[in-house]
Amino acid sequence: MPSPESTHTGAIRLDDGHVPAIRFDRVTKRFGDHTVLDGLDFVVRKGDRVTLIGPSGSGKTTILRLVMTLEELSDGYIFVDGQPLTHELRGGKRVALKEEHRNEMRKRIGMVFQQFNLFPNMTVLENIIEAPVHVLHQSKAEATRRAHELLEQVGLPDKADAHPSSLSGGQQQRVAIARALAMEPEILLLDEVTSALDPEVVGEVLNILRDVAKNTDVTMLIVTHEMQFARDVSNRVLMFDGGRIVEEGAPDDIFTAPQEPRTKEFLSAVL
Amino acid sequence: MSDNLDALSRALPRLLDGLLITLELSAGGALLAFVVAVGLGLMARLDNILLRGIARTVIEFFRGTSLLVQLFFLFFVLPLPPMNIELPAVVVGVLGLGLNYGAYGAEVVRGSINAVPAGQWEAATALSLSPAQRLRRVIFPQAWALMIPSLNNLLIQLIKGTAVVYLITIVDLTAVFNDLRQETRDVFFTYSLALVVYFAIAYAFSGLMTLLERRAKHRLGQSGRAVGARGAIA
Amino acid sequence: MIDNSPWNWDHVWAALPDMLRTFVTVTLLVTIIGSVIAAVLGLLLELLRRSVPRPVAGVLTFVMNFIRMTPLVVQLLFIYFAFTSIDPLIIGIVVFGVHYATFMAEVYRAGIDSVPPGQWEASTALSMSPGRTWAAVIVPQAVRATAPALGNYVISMFKETPFLATIAVIDMLGAAQAYGGSHFRYIEVITVAGVLFLIASYPTSLLVNRLEKRLAFA
Repeated sequence: MPSPESTHTGAIRLDDGHVPAIRFDRVTKRFGDHTVLDGLDFVVRKGDRVTLIGPSGSGKTTILRLVMTLEELSDGYIFVDGQPLTHELRGGKRVALKEEHRNEMRKRIGMVFQQFNLFPNMTVLENIIEAPVHVLHQSKAEATRRAHELLEQVGLPDKADAHPSSLSGGQQQRVAIARALAMEPEILLLDEVTSALDPEVVGEVLNILRDVAKNTDVTMLIVTHEMQFARDVSNRVLMFDGGRIVEEGAPDDIFTAPQEPRTKEFLSAVL
Repeated sequence: MSDNLDALSRALPRLLDGLLITLELSAGGALLAFVVAVGLGLMARLDNILLRGIARTVIEFFRGTSLLVQLFFLFFVLPLPPMNIELPAVVVGVLGLGLNYGAYGAEVVRGSINAVPAGQWEAATALSLSPAQRLRRVIFPQAWALMIPSLNNLLIQLIKGTAVVYLITIVDLTAVFNDLRQETRDVFFTYSLALVVYFAIAYAFSGLMTLLERRAKHRLGQSGRAVGARGAIA
Repeated sequence: MIDNSPWNWDHVWAALPDMLRTFVTVTLLVTIIGSVIAAVLGLLLELLRRSVPRPVAGVLTFVMNFIRMTPLVVQLLFIYFAFTSIDPLIIGIVVFGVHYATFMAEVYRAGIDSVPPGQWEASTALSMSPGRTWAAVIVPQAVRATAPALGNYVISMFKETPFLATIAVIDMLGAAQAYGGSHFRYIEVITVAGVLFLIASYPTSLLVNRLEKRLAFA
């Protein structure tokens, strides 16, 4: 359903006839009395690499978690690839969609977490092939072959039979990336994936992600404090504060010439 | 049903006696167990290898043998030569319960003291508190708050353990209910009632322990609320 | 003819055969089968408790607490006299199993709660079904935390087998009692009973401690 979309700040983004990968439509999220997102609209196009920056509590991680259905919408709608993710408007009423539908939608989305969240009771290989075999119903042989390819890509070709507990943080996170990519998602969500790592190993993980950005056309939605990485990989940066988009634009524009005072304030503190 | 109630009302004096015995054993056993637990628990942490070894041996001995073995020993063997110590059955009961559960308690005390953060020990030492002062004024009050839940569990075990003393001829609650069963011939009625009474006792003692815990945590300035975790099958 | 000597080894050898026989046929049997029942039933109860609606779970929790907090002895007596036609040994095994299952359910509860929420989130991110998440990710991690506790409850159950005397099942201590009563000699048999318990439970508890250290993931 192509139509002109407007972002919250009013800058018109024409959809040029293509369906956006992600569309937030008046999304509201409340935690108890605290409203984190209030009627948020925005759009991510296919192949976009969007970085969300902003202070903690601004709602960036909540956005990722809502897309991954780890949190439930309080109001509004999220569309993935043109289709409603968890709720839709039917006959004037907001209706929650069935679990089977959500499951199908979820398969297109992958996430890498700050705390890696590898399954400690499985080897690296088993971690990676678990979902392809049991969710995508790939054959074990096919999934294993693909897993070895991915391990090669993330630079851990000989760690297939290792246990997560024997790996360093950086290595675990690389396995987590491989595990997420094994599902061949259309959308990859990266939630502060280097924040829990020692500074020395941050680089190795970001390089993998740079490769992913370069060699695939997966849509990426990134929350990070690594500004250089954001500049290298993204084609769009969104500055969040208090659940609203304060400013957005191309990385060079935002980082070198921010317009809004809040953006200037934030960037001068972190850069 | 009315026959049962008649028998019950006739048995009431005996029931109250039995209840009293059970409560005496529970409270007495619990107090002795606490003293033993703290004593052995502290002893097991000493640097002196001999004393520590003695404590460990006593702990493992009472934990490793069955409560009933200990009760039988105290009741049947102690009166015999060469020891010739004859104790009243209730004393045997309190002694056996106290020693047995005290040994388990020692592990709890030891573990809780170990769980107090190292920084507390260091700060106390830096302030030149003597080891005894350190333990009494800083460490134990904090360990106390930590150990109450486990001690609560042991207390419930102890109360359950009192039900076995009728085998050493103590007329406790279980013994009285056994008689009642024979009189009313109604198994369901008597034993359900027995279970309810024991449950009430355990619940009451538990409530007391929870109050103690709340007070202890309050003294330490903690609210003591547990964080819920996921786990419901969605 | 009352024997007044402080210790007489003849009594040890005379009583030992029956004591060892009952040790295997009653004490070990009840402990092993009872433990299996407790471990399996406990897990089922805890999983059940998490998958039924709140009010039902509340009732289930109450019943489980009731069984857990009331004396095993009274429960044995209850079931024994209620079902007089069933072999008391079987009654003993079942009551032990159910009684300790309620303890095991608590251990499983803590074990499942100790699995970090991140594991659930990662499974959701991979679109894994709840069933598969439980089976492949959560339960394996939860059970690892519970194995040492299970070991300790096995030892507890082992030491409570003498309670079977209340329903006329002769376990190892019962055999000791029988000998002691008929020969008026308690000191040897009670001591041997204590030693047998110690020999069986102390090494086992050391093993359980070792197991606890080995099973930690990190």
